[in-house]
Amino acid sequence: MTSILIVGVGGQGTLLTSRILGSLAISMGYDVKVSEVHGMSQRGGSVTTYVRYSDERVYSPLIDEAGADIILAFEKLEACRAVKYLKIGGAIIVNTQQINPMPVITGAAVYPDNTLDLLAESGAAVYAADALSMAVSAGNAKTVNIALLGVLASHMDIEKEKWLETLKITIPARLLDINLKAFELGYGGSY
Amino acid sequence: MKFLMLGNEAVARGAYEAGVRFASAYPGTPSTEITEYISSYDEVFSEWAPNEKVAVEAALGASLAGARSMSAMKHVGLNVAADPLFTASYTGVNAGFLICVADDPGMHSSQNEQDSRHYARASKTLMLEPSDSMECLYFTTRAFELSETFDTPVLLRLTTRVSHSRSLADQGARREFKRAYKRDPQKYVMMPAMAQKRHKFVEERVLALKAFAESTDLNAVEYNDKRIGVITSGMSYNYAKDALGDKASYLKLGVVYPLPETLITDFAANVDECYVLEELDPYIEEHCRALGLNVKGKAYFTALGEYSAKLIREVILNEPPEKTAGIPGLPGRPPVMCAGCPHRAVFYALKQIPGLIVSGDIGCYTLGALQPLNMMDSCVCMGASVSMAHGMDKTGSRAVAVIGDSTFIHSGVTGLIDIVYNKGSSTVIILDNSITGMTGHQNNPANGMTIKGEPTRQVDLKKLCNAVGVDRVFTVDPFDLKGFTKLVKTELEQNEPSVIIARRPCALLKTVSFGAPYVIDKEKCVKCGMCLKIGCPAIFKAADGKSAIDSTLCAGCAYCTNLCNFDSIIKGGGQA
Ligand SMILES: Cc1ncc(C[n+]2csc(CCOP(=O)(O)OP(=O)(O)O)c2C)c(N)n1
Repeated sequence: MTSILIVGVGGQGTLLTSRILGSLAISMGYDVKVSEVHGMSQRGGSVTTYVRYSDERVYSPLIDEAGADIILAFEKLEACRAVKYLKIGGAIIVNTQQINPMPVITGAAVYPDNTLDLLAESGAAVYAADALSMAVSAGNAKTVNIALLGVLASHMDIEKEKWLETLKITIPARLLDINLKAFELGYGGSY
Repeated sequence: MKFLMLGNEAVARGAYEAGVRFASAYPGTPSTEITEYISSYDEVFSEWAPNEKVAVEAALGASLAGARSMSAMKHVGLNVAADPLFTASYTGVNAGFLICVADDPGMHSSQNEQDSRHYARASKTLMLEPSDSMECLYFTTRAFELSETFDTPVLLRLTTRVSHSRSLADQGARREFKRAYKRDPQKYVMMPAMAQKRHKFVEERVLALKAFAESTDLNAVEYNDKRIGVITSGMSYNYAKDALGDKASYLKLGVVYPLPETLITDFAANVDECYVLEELDPYIEEHCRALGLNVKGKAYFTALGEYSAKLIREVILNEPPEKTAGIPGLPGRPPVMCAGCPHRAVFYALKQIPGLIVSGDIGCYTLGALQPLNMMDSCVCMGASVSMAHGMDKTGSRAVAVIGDSTFIHSGVTGLIDIVYNKGSSTVIILDNSITGMTGHQNNPANGMTIKGEPTRQVDLKKLCNAVGVDRVFTVDPFDLKGFTKLVKTELEQNEPSVIIARRPCALLKTVSFGAPYVIDKEKCVKCGMCLKIGCPAIFKAADGKSAIDSTLCAGCAYCTNLCNFDSIIKGGGQA
C-alpha cells in the first residue's frame, strides 16, 4: 500500500494533482482510492487530499496519523500541520511558498519563520522546492501544482514516461505544453 | 471498463444507466455533484429547484407521470423535503423514484451533524447505503427497480467520504425506461379516506421489505475470525476492514432500512463479541438492543464526528497507534472570504454601525462571522435570517438580516412576507453575488441561467420584494463603502420594512476581472493597519511593519483603497 497525503490551501489546485496521481496508479494496474475536499474548506482554508493505491484491494480512502509514505505540501505551514500524518522515515516534499492564514493577518498569531527547520527536526526527510518560481518560469503561476508533481515524480520509483503519459490524458490539450514545462522544471529541480 | 469515479459521479452514472429522465435538486455539500454530473447527460432533464421541497415534489410528479426520477440533497435538505417524503411514502410511485441524501459526519461543511437514517424509519421508506463508488453506481440502478417492485420512494444514504472519494467503478450502457401515466386517485389523492387505505399498504410494504432485506445481495456476511464480529455499513465498513482485516467477521448492511432482523440475530449469535460500527447516532445499535442483542456500540465509539481505521484499532484491538511527533502551536487556517469577495464589503460596512444585531444565514457570507469582521450574531438554517430578524425587531432589538440570493429564493422570501403581513419594519440585506457560491457555483433563479448554463427568465428580486409589499427596495454596490453604510443607517430608522439588494458578482466568476493586483507604496504607508481590518487574505503586515500585498492572491478589486487615508494602496503594473 502506498499512501500519499496532499495538503495545501483551498484554491491552490491540490485536487487536480490528486486526480493525476489516481490516474497514474490505475494505469499501473493498482486499486486506487482518492479522497477529495469540496465545499466550505475550499475557501482559503487548509485542505487535505488522500491518495492510496495497492496491488491488493484498498478499503479506506483516508490516511491515519503516522500513515503516509509521502506528504506533498503546497505550502510551508500546511506541511508543518500535516507532519504528524507521516510515517516514521517518510518523505515530505514542500513548496516553499508562504500563504498567511487569517490569524496571522489579524495579528492573533505569528507565522513561524523556521518552518523548514521544524520539519527537519520532526525526523522527516524534507525536500523543499520553490515551485511557485518554477511555475512562473514555465509561464503561468497556476501550474504550481504540476511543478510540484514533477518534484514528487523525481523522488518516486515510477518511470518518468508513465508520468508524462498520464499528464497527457488528464490535462486539457490547450494547457498541456505549459504544464509539461512546469513538470520538467519540477522534475529537474531547477528553473 | 473501469473508471476512477467520484462517489457522487457514480450515483449520477447509475441513474443515467437506469434510464432516469428527470432530476431536480437544490445544491448542498456533499451532495451537489450528483446533479451536476447528471446535467452533463442530455437524455436527462435536469434542473436546480429553488429548494429541496420543490425538487422532491417535481421529481415525484415525474415519477407519477411515468419517468424514472430523482432528487439529491444534503442531510438538512431532507428536513425541508420531509413533508413530501412522508406522504410520497403513502402514494408510492409509478416509475422508480430515488432521493439521495448525503450526511456530513464531522461537519466539513454543515451546520449540524444529523443522521438521516431516522427519516427512513420515520417515513417507512427503503434506504440503501453504499460504501464506495462501485456500490454507488450499482445501488443506484437497483434502487429504481426496487422502487417499482415495492411501490416506494427509495432513499440512498451517502456520507461525505463516500460522496467525495474516487474509486473504480464499471460503466455500462443506458437502458431507456418509460411507463404510461395511469390515473389512480385512490393512490395519489391523499385525503383521509384514501390515505387510511394507503397507510395499511405502507405497513404491509414494510413487512415485504423486511423479507427482502433478509435475502438481498445488498447485505453481505463475511466470516473470518469469529471472536470479533462487526455490524456496519457505508464508509465505516472500509475503516473496519482496514483496521481489522481477517481478525474479524463482518455483517455489511447495504439496506439500512428496514434492517434484516434474522440476519443480524444469526450473525450476532455466531461471533463471540459483536460490535456495531456506525458514525453518528446509534441507529443500528438501538435496533439490535430491541432484538435483545448485547452489542457494543456507542459505549465504545463516539457519536461525534468521523471514524477512522486508527480509532477502531485502538478500541477493538487495544493497539496503541504508531505516533510521530506533530508540531505544536501552529496558527490555524480557517476558511476565509476570497480576495475580491463582495460580502466582505457588506460586513465591513455593518461594522461601522454600533449596537447592531446581525441575523445571519447560510452561504459564503457566513464567513463574516469570523475574525476580523466578526459581524454575525446568529446562523441557524436556510432563510432563518429574515424570520429571526423579525422576531428580534418585534421584541425591541435593532437587527438586520443578511441573506444570499440563492438562500433568499430558497426560503427567505417567506420570512419577508411574514414581516410585511405582520407589520414588521425589519431591514433585510440580500447579498446578490449572481451565483450560489458556497456550494461551488451553481446557477439559480435569481441569476437567469439554468443548470446547463442556458439563459432563462430571471427572478427580478426588486419586483419580487415590491410584490410582497416592501416599498423601500434599493439596489446598491456594497463596494461603495460610504453610500452603502449610509443607506443601511437610513433604512434602520424607517418604520416599515426595507430590502437592500447589495449587488456585485462573486469575484470567482469568469466574467469578473479587475485587472492588475494592487501594491503598497512603502513611502506612504504609515503602518496604521487600517487595511488589515477587512480580513483580505492578500494583505498582510510585512517584516518592516508596513502593509504588503501578495500579488499571487490579490484580485485587484481595490476595495482596500477605501480604507487607506494615505493613498498608499496603488494599482500595480504587473500581470493581470
Ligand atoms: C436546507 C439546506 N439546503 C442546502 C444547504 C447548502 N447550502 C448552504 S449555503 C447554500 C447557498 C448559498 O448561496 P447564496 O445564498 O447565494 O450565498 P453565497 O454562498 O453565494 O454567498 C447552500 C446551497 C443548506 N445548508 N441547507
